Amino acid sequence: MSVDAKAGAVEKSDLISVFIDGTEVQVPKGTLAIRAAEMIGINIPRFCDHPLLDPVGACRQCMVEVPDMGNGRGMPKPQASCTLEVAPNMQITTQVSSPVADKAQKGMLEFLLINHPLDCPICDKGGECPLQNQAMSHGYAESRYDGVKRTFPKPVSVSAQILLDRERCVLCARCTRFSEQISGDPFIALVERGALQQVGIYADDPYDSYFSGNVVQICPVGALTSADYRFQARPFDLVSTPVTCEICAAGCQLRSDHRHFQVKRRLAGNAPEVNEEWNCDRGRFAFRSGRQADRVTTPLVRDGDVLRPASWPEAIDAAVAGLKAAGSSVGVLTGGRLTLENAYGYAKFARAVLGTNNVDFRAREHSVEEGQFLAHAVAGKHLGDGVTYDDLQNASQVICVSFEPEEESPIVFLRLRKAVRKNKTKVVTVAPYLSNGAAKLGAHLVGTVPGTEAEVVARLEADADTIILVGERAAGALGTLTSAANLAARTGARLAWVPRRAGDRGAVEAGCLPNLLPGGRPVSDATARVDMQAAWGVAKLPAQPGLDTGAMLHAATTGDLAALVVAGVQPTDLPDAVLAREAFEKVGFLLSLETRISEVTERADVVLPVDLIEDQAGTFLNWEHREGRVNRVNRQTPSPMTDLRVLAMLADALGSDLGIRTAKSAKAELDGVGVWEGGRSGAPSEDIPMAPRGEGLLLASWRQLIDGSAGNDGAPALLATAKPVVARVSPATASGLGLTEGDTVTVASAGGSAELTLFVEDSMVDGVVWVPGNRGGEGLGELRVTAGEYVTVTGGAA
Amino acid sequence: MTDMLTPVLSANWADDRPWKLTNYERLGGYQGLRKALTMEPDAIIGEVKDSGLRGRGGAGFPTGMKWSFVPQDNPNPKYLVVNADESEPGTCKDIPLMMANPHVLVEGVAISSFAIRSNFAFIYVRGEVLHVIRRLQQAVREAYSAGYLGKNILGTGYDLEVVVHAGAGAYICGEETALLDSLEGRRGQPRLRPPFPAVAGLYASPTVVNNVESIASVPGIIAKGASWFASMGTEKSKGHGIFSLSGHVANPGQFEAPMGITLRQLIELAGGMRDGHELKFFTPGGSSTQILTKDSLDMPLDFDSVAAAGSLLGTRALQIFDETTSVVRTTLRWVEFYKHESCGKCTPCREGNWWLVQMLRKFEAGQAQEGDIEKMLDVADNIGGRSFCALADGAVACVTSAVKEFRSEFEAGYHTPAWELFPYGKSALFGAKQAGGHA
Repeated sequence: MSVDAKAGAVEKSDLISVFIDGTEVQVPKGTLAIRAAEMIGINIPRFCDHPLLDPVGACRQCMVEVPDMGNGRGMPKPQASCTLEVAPNMQITTQVSSPVADKAQKGMLEFLLINHPLDCPICDKGGECPLQNQAMSHGYAESRYDGVKRTFPKPVSVSAQILLDRERCVLCARCTRFSEQISGDPFIALVERGALQQVGIYADDPYDSYFSGNVVQICPVGALTSADYRFQARPFDLVSTPVTCEICAAGCQLRSDHRHFQVKRRLAGNAPEVNEEWNCDRGRFAFRSGRQADRVTTPLVRDGDVLRPASWPEAIDAAVAGLKAAGSSVGVLTGGRLTLENAYGYAKFARAVLGTNNVDFRAREHSVEEGQFLAHAVAGKHLGDGVTYDDLQNASQVICVSFEPEEESPIVFLRLRKAVRKNKTKVVTVAPYLSNGAAKLGAHLVGTVPGTEAEVVARLEADADTIILVGERAAGALGTLTSAANLAARTGARLAWVPRRAGDRGAVEAGCLPNLLPGGRPVSDATARVDMQAAWGVAKLPAQPGLDTGAMLHAATTGDLAALVVAGVQPTDLPDAVLAREAFEKVGFLLSLETRISEVTERADVVLPVDLIEDQAGTFLNWEHREGRVNRVNRQTPSPMTDLRVLAMLADALGSDLGIRTAKSAKAELDGVGVWEGGRSGAPSEDIPMAPRGEGLLLASWRQLIDGSAGNDGAPALLATAKPVVARVSPATASGLGLTEGDTVTVASAGGSAELTLFVEDSMVDGVVWVPGNRGGEGLGELRVTAGEYVTVTGGAA
Repeated sequence: MTDMLTPVLSANWADDRPWKLTNYERLGGYQGLRKALTMEPDAIIGEVKDSGLRGRGGAGFPTGMKWSFVPQDNPNPKYLVVNADESEPGTCKDIPLMMANPHVLVEGVAISSFAIRSNFAFIYVRGEVLHVIRRLQQAVREAYSAGYLGKNILGTGYDLEVVVHAGAGAYICGEETALLDSLEGRRGQPRLRPPFPAVAGLYASPTVVNNVESIASVPGIIAKGASWFASMGTEKSKGHGIFSLSGHVANPGQFEAPMGITLRQLIELAGGMRDGHELKFFTPGGSSTQILTKDSLDMPLDFDSVAAAGSLLGTRALQIFDETTSVVRTTLRWVEFYKHESCGKCTPCREGNWWLVQMLRKFEAGQAQEGDIEKMLDVADNIGGRSFCALADGAVACVTSAVKEFRSEFEAGYHTPAWELFPYGKSALFGAKQAGGHA
């Protein structure tokens, strides 16, 4: 019998034959014996081995015999198969056919258990524990150990989130290798020696990693647990549902474990093409926000100053009355958190039912240039047309423009780190300073004053092996997207847009933009409109591009727009939070589709409750344009209506027909419509702006992954691992202001001010102050200022 | 009997301040280096190969061959690292050598570095022996001042920097890859091999790691020739070596003799067993080597003969025990050492030694149970040959050999404490009245 490994991926001539328990298997040169055995279904027990970590050979569980190294000579001692590279014609015998290997493995399990507390009945891992399972499958039924066990006080806090029960640890070094090799946060290390060896932390540097939850997941025993899940459930009581993460546009495949209609924990799924076997802590732990007391469970209608609960028919009637009065003088703000299907529902509802192109998903800085860029370079493409994770891993150079991978797309960060580590990929970052994440990528900093990105990018060098990643913040610096597109066109480099929120990429494809219909169809193209008129069965679609988010909010304050339909948008996310609040207050009619009480629902005339992501099925498109399935996790929800279903009801009541009521039918319709095959819009052609001039310091900013976002509510341990909220300036800027690190400073704009602690950042360009995009729930929008504008920084509190 | 000895490295130990450079030079010191610097590096490697010098750190790998493994086309710097982390119970040769005659090591470092085209050498000394570290540092300083080290050595254009580095007190750092980790500032734990240090050692660069005595033997080989060196010793174990006798002999100490000398001859040199006692068992090469009995008194102490007897020549650390000694107690003490020094990286060593100590304590206290010998041997079998490095192999060598040679003493552990069978005061060399809680 012969089994071909990775057939198709590897040329036949690159394969070598080895014999495992007498069975021939063809594997690529350099394959580890433990992997070769897996290929023919022989599972060698292991603890320290992990396919994504460098081999260490520490636990010695996977011993095999090598009667012939392929040269006629055998190895005198049993070998650890996790560190043994196969050689041509090597003979390997595992526990299946070698009594020596079998005894070595049984003996090793006996050793691992002598100092193990065997507290499986109270251990979180009990029931899904590799130590427990392999002790059953490959160990002795009874221990011969009658001595004294090593004990430790329990548990130790490795961080606010991660707890360590040292007596359970088998010292496989998976967690320490993950931290060093994968996330690059080597805050944990093995310390002490002999049987007292243990995982330790550096006292002055807590293990505040964005990826710390992974160490809990890969721990082969119950030594590492999360404060979030510890003692919450037993694995055998949990029901697992595969889902796609709804936080960022990375598209992580996750496993959602739930019990009694409540999600208990989330784990990284196995998605080699996307998140491999990892995810970030926010994706893992921030799933409780919908469980807060402020969940909207019934429709609400305004009665003077108060919102009162109402029946669905009454609320729909009120909503229809408001929308009818407004006619097509209405704007639709959808936010970046909707599934593809829900976004498509809004795009269709706006055009086919309300008759307007005033629809925009962008609840952040945006520009006309960005709309052109998305139409030109992003929308209406398929997976594989553009850059993928694997492309990142194989690129010789990756240029990050207005994009901080660790903060804004953590799995892109992990894949870039793998590229840097394994393929020596060079990373260049166009940023005001070398962030912690960029430093862990060994990135070359092109120090850039906010507002001058366009000019800096225009001067960069690239080649066909280069990938340019632009983040959503590029929209905020005029000309940047033009420069990036030009750089790609000029050098043959490939360009990818990596938005921040999970729904962003799908919203582009669904047509939640004032200038784009579904599938990347330009609104201004008559053929494109005819496509959609036919698909939607409407006589006419508005031909003029609609208003974008900023214009809609402005028009709402002036009365030029009579009504707003708002889904999942927070004023604090918007570049001008004050304007947004004013718009929501002044607009004639405000309809909010929400899950929780928010600043929008408080100002709304009608609030219609919608499902959480965990209550519904659907699809997220990640930044690669890869579809990720969202499965319904929770079947007992207080508000069993999806956005789509509510929109369909509204359409019915408006005397129209949305034509789609379920995610399935929406997806089918969108797939049927397909992508635009007509002429693409031209590249954006914004001029490189003049260097900004003014008084004070130029503001730089991005959002930190773990911040005061509403989505992080209900996850105190997660929030405790957030990076500190500081204002960063260069040493020269600090001394110019007469300030030193640790000072309290006031960052002020015409619109407001904020107090922060000063941090002196050596790599920061002069004349710039960096402030995080969200400080404990308060966005920069409160200051009515965006990156690239001037602020003043003064010592002391305001 | 004195003609049995071949004092080379130890020839000046009894002189007045032999560690001073001038005294070393007066006896022909640094002539080997002067000669070496006129030779082609490959010719030096050839000379060391021809001499038949095998590593003196225990494994006995041919030194010249090790040097020839260094890839000369590797663009990285090449390093010589001298393993002076002598920590094995019973082993005591490098430390007195560096104490009395440090310049022979410094000269050997210079010649060896020149041979492997290294411009940077490290001497990693066991941290506990501060006095030795100071003496070695002083010798290195003297050699720098005299132009034997540093830039443009003896006007030949050859540069060599030598750093004396103190360890931090871990037996495992005598394992060459753990030593390299420690030298790089990390926690000393053995590295996965391959890559071997010759290809990717210190700072991932080609590195030769040699024992002190190996490197100290090089000046003599260069100055007096390979055939002079090869004229001593046996067919496959050539040259001189320092044999350390400790324990129940009249005059314990270091004896530099040709490889292949017998224990009977060495005991005679040491003035015989202590009065009125006879040999019970001994280690040929430190506690990591299987114990042997008086049946091996006439066995030539060379690599192959000792291996044929089922043990290892190791570091020629002969711990001599007479008939008053409890083999159970001795084994327990050794295993306690290995349990304490296990680095913790791999399971069998970390957990196995923890378990063995508890079992041996029961044997010592007479509280073991029928079948415990088989259990202990089985546990030892699960440790030996399964661990990450050789530390655990050394740990179980004494257990298995002790049971093999003296099974009845372990069987007695089923009912009688060792201290009743072998009152500990009787085997104590000093302060017998206070020695042991069970005298």
